Amino acid sequence: MSAATGAVMAAESSDIGNPAVNISIFAAFVAVTLIVVLRASRQNKSAADYYAGGRNFTGPQNGTAIAGDYLSAASFLGICGAIAVNGYDGFLYSIGFLVAWLVALLLVAELLRNTGRFTMADVLSFRLKQRPVRMAAALATLCVVFFYLLAQMAGAGGLVALLLGIDTSGGQSLVVAVVGVLMIVYVLVGGMKGTTWVQIIKAMLLIAGAAVMTAWVLAKFGFSISDLFQGAIDKAGEGGEALIEPGLAYGATSMSKLNFLSLALALVLGTAGLPHVLMRFYTVPNAKEARRSVVWAIWLIGIFYLFTLVLGYGAAALVGPDEIKAAPGGVNSAAPLLAYALGGEILLGFISAVAFATILAVVAGLTITAAASFAHDIYANVIKKGEVAPDGEVRVARITVVVIGILAIVGGIFAQGQNVAFLVALAFAVAASANLPTILYSLFWKRFNTSGALWSIYGGLVSCIGLIAVSPVVSGKVDPATGESLSMIKNVDVDFHLISLENPGLISIPLAFVLGIVGTYLSKEKAHPELFAEMEVRSLTGAGAEKATEH
Amino acid sequence: MTDDVEVPVAETAYQRAQRSDDFQDLRRRFRRFVFPMTAIFLVWYAVYVLLADYAHDFMSQRVSGNITVGLLFGLGQFVSTFAITMIYARWANRRFDPEAERLRDVIEGETR
Repeated sequence: MSAATGAVMAAESSDIGNPAVNISIFAAFVAVTLIVVLRASRQNKSAADYYAGGRNFTGPQNGTAIAGDYLSAASFLGICGAIAVNGYDGFLYSIGFLVAWLVALLLVAELLRNTGRFTMADVLSFRLKQRPVRMAAALATLCVVFFYLLAQMAGAGGLVALLLGIDTSGGQSLVVAVVGVLMIVYVLVGGMKGTTWVQIIKAMLLIAGAAVMTAWVLAKFGFSISDLFQGAIDKAGEGGEALIEPGLAYGATSMSKLNFLSLALALVLGTAGLPHVLMRFYTVPNAKEARRSVVWAIWLIGIFYLFTLVLGYGAAALVGPDEIKAAPGGVNSAAPLLAYALGGEILLGFISAVAFATILAVVAGLTITAAASFAHDIYANVIKKGEVAPDGEVRVARITVVVIGILAIVGGIFAQGQNVAFLVALAFAVAASANLPTILYSLFWKRFNTSGALWSIYGGLVSCIGLIAVSPVVSGKVDPATGESLSMIKNVDVDFHLISLENPGLISIPLAFVLGIVGTYLSKEKAHPELFAEMEVRSLTGAGAEKATEH
Repeated sequence: MTDDVEVPVAETAYQRAQRSDDFQDLRRRFRRFVFPMTAIFLVWYAVYVLLADYAHDFMSQRVSGNITVGLLFGLGQFVSTFAITMIYARWANRRFDPEAERLRDVIEGETR
């Protein structure tokens, strides 16, 4: 971070909010959740307890936890900011993120619960060759989790400047480290059960906080959406009408319109391939509860996104797009700035504590997913070929948690200042390309085989990450007005971008679907009708599905 | 299946279950509900995305005050998502679960 931006942050952060209030509300959250986690940890005995919370959560509990997992800092801060600054085009994020749940509800959640045990790879390897498919699925899982983790950790660092008044790079790194260490403690001690309770508490706080702010904003505009929009238009000044019309962010050129399409595709197909979301379906006793969880999650998430519409335009009307963009943390600071404009330092303190709790909880959820994927898929089934003591697998999972926690801290320190929304959109694109085609094929397509799965997973993964690497997101995007780089690589002389598409989904998702078909037909692998029969019968009827553990 | 000449293997209990009329009926019932529903919401989402991306003038029309056609389309996505969720949950609870549970009990009895 340059000295100039550091100085701006020092000036800005000293006059907003009260760090003591923010820190004490956050400390209270940590204290309460730690007690909950400690209580939950007493029942952690088996792998099913550690990875899947004993499969004893009810649908409503798990649905709330799913909402907690899904409504990450990028969702809350990113969408509010995108709507405040880009108006109607920011609304796409909310809609795509919500509609995507129908894919999970109709096609994936229940069938996955009925056929798997702990991870996505359990389902894929049901009738395909265990080791290569598990390896591929675990690598895809780790990639998605890694990008998602980086986004959350980068968000944590960036928020600190605004919320806690810590404006040095070293201070922000320290906060990233504190978040990382707390997360390690949660996951290590509490396992899936503890993590789930943290998600539930956090989801309720976040939705309640957003509800209060939404009611407050609406009250200021006489409960008229039209008047709220008028407020945003007036505040934006000349050309403010554009805020309520499409095209502000993506309407400029035919290329930017393709970017919009690509983003829309990645959003709607990404959710049902997110490993930390898929893993949540195993924490309930049966498929019926998995369905109830998704129904609850859809209502909570949908209502929350309706709030963000009001909050985004509220921030535009009461704070103003220019002030938001100039604040430390940029567009991500729209929601906290709105909280401050509405309720002063107490509401800001509450909202910023909730934002930190959000990051902490989502990072914990991601970490346990990655640990399960490594310990259960790579260690127990690929390296040890399934011959491993039950407690051996959990021990490896716990070690993995510590390793991932450290990686997340280091990555988060390096990722500071990166675009949070971009990293999350990348995670969605990878999930939609590498995971979703194989999940759908293996559940619904009898002919599908190992070769098809490997082509689709690796093809989707490599094309997705490759396309990102040669896109303007990484290098060569220059702001024509200021001459500064808008890419990840800040040196404008380094430019190796080959394509102009910023989100790879439009190419990599259809490609992964096609590769799954091509790979399947190119292989002479023998079909296993008896395994497909078992999988199909189990997936629809729930026969032989993993049961909840007794305590 | 491959072309290799295979020694006929005894059918597993799951294969018998899969072949049964009851299961085929359940499978048909599931797919007949879920696939068209998926097609409907994906097409409806595509309509919204394409209009928002390429029909700016249409989406910018004011319906009343500052409420635009585009906002109504966007909120329509919320309404349809909630509606499909409730319709599916109702269908699954009433029309799918009882039959699936009955079959599950039969199959678990046979495979044990």
